[in-house]
Amino acid sequence: MKYIYELHKTMVERSLILVYEGEFTQEITKSVLAMAERNMDAIGETSNIKRKVFNVMVECLQNIVKHAEDSEEEEEIESPNGSAVFMIGQEEDKYIVTSGNPVVNAKVEILQTKLEHINSLDKDGLKTLYKEIIKKGREQGEGGKGLTQKGGAGLGFVDMARKSGQKLHFDFEPIDDHFSFFSLKTIISRNKEEKK
Amino acid sequence: MEVINQDGTEDTPKIILDKNNGIFEISGRSLPEDSAEFYQPILDWLDQYGADPNPETVFIFKLEYFNTASSKLILDILSKLETIESTTINWYFHEDDEDMEEAGTEFSELVEVPFDFKTY
Repeated sequence: MKYIYELHKTMVERSLILVYEGEFTQEITKSVLAMAERNMDAIGETSNIKRKVFNVMVECLQNIVKHAEDSEEEEEIESPNGSAVFMIGQEEDKYIVTSGNPVVNAKVEILQTKLEHINSLDKDGLKTLYKEIIKKGREQGEGGKGLTQKGGAGLGFVDMARKSGQKLHFDFEPIDDHFSFFSLKTIISRNKEEKK
Repeated sequence: MEVINQDGTEDTPKIILDKNNGIFEISGRSLPEDSAEFYQPILDWLDQYGADPNPETVFIFKLEYFNTASSKLILDILSKLETIESTTINWYFHEDDEDMEEAGTEFSELVEVPFDFKTY
């Protein structure tokens, strides 16, 4: 039973206020959001920070949901572990929204390029990229049909970078010949004076 | 014309589209599971409305939050409104919500429809 204490210690050490591991659906997303919101309300978090954290959480969670659905449709190889992990850390000066999920190795480079590109841009660059992606969707027909099947196209990552005002941290850990574990971390500063 | 009047939920906005009373409003939160499916009836309604619109249309967006998938559909709605004469967008944002204000500004730069910005 020692793992319970270990898990507890890890959560305290990392200031994790919420950890969810398992299958991700819209219902789970709503529950996780509601819990995080209640927590932020309870400690009297400012509405501005609350909105930003909410924003980043939604994009992060819906990315996982979309990815899980896409994987089911596209991939013939069964994922070693279809589940994903989502965490929120709350420190004195920041919130840390983290997610981790398996992705096929073929997608690693695409994701990496996309994220590196996003991280290379400043505030205005991100704004331009956001408008470019959304405009492309418009030219290619309504309902976002021109974009990736589930309306992805990396807008979520761009939005996370914009709302947090910070670089996205990411890592790919090889699982086996077919899969890697994709970790993503977004930091939202609680310091109101720090405007980026 | 048929009236669309649906209450908001924790992940979908409140929507009123009422031609006779001249009320066109989307408010609240928008992060539906499938934004394309959710907004399709609204786009269809606007197609119908566009064929015989009121002399003036004031469309209200009073969103507290919308996700990126919804943002594409909001742009689709604005593109429909662009083709309807004498349309104005009233874009509401909470007075301390700079992100929502900026989102409105960006939309206004993407379509040829006049925007009025208002705080609540």
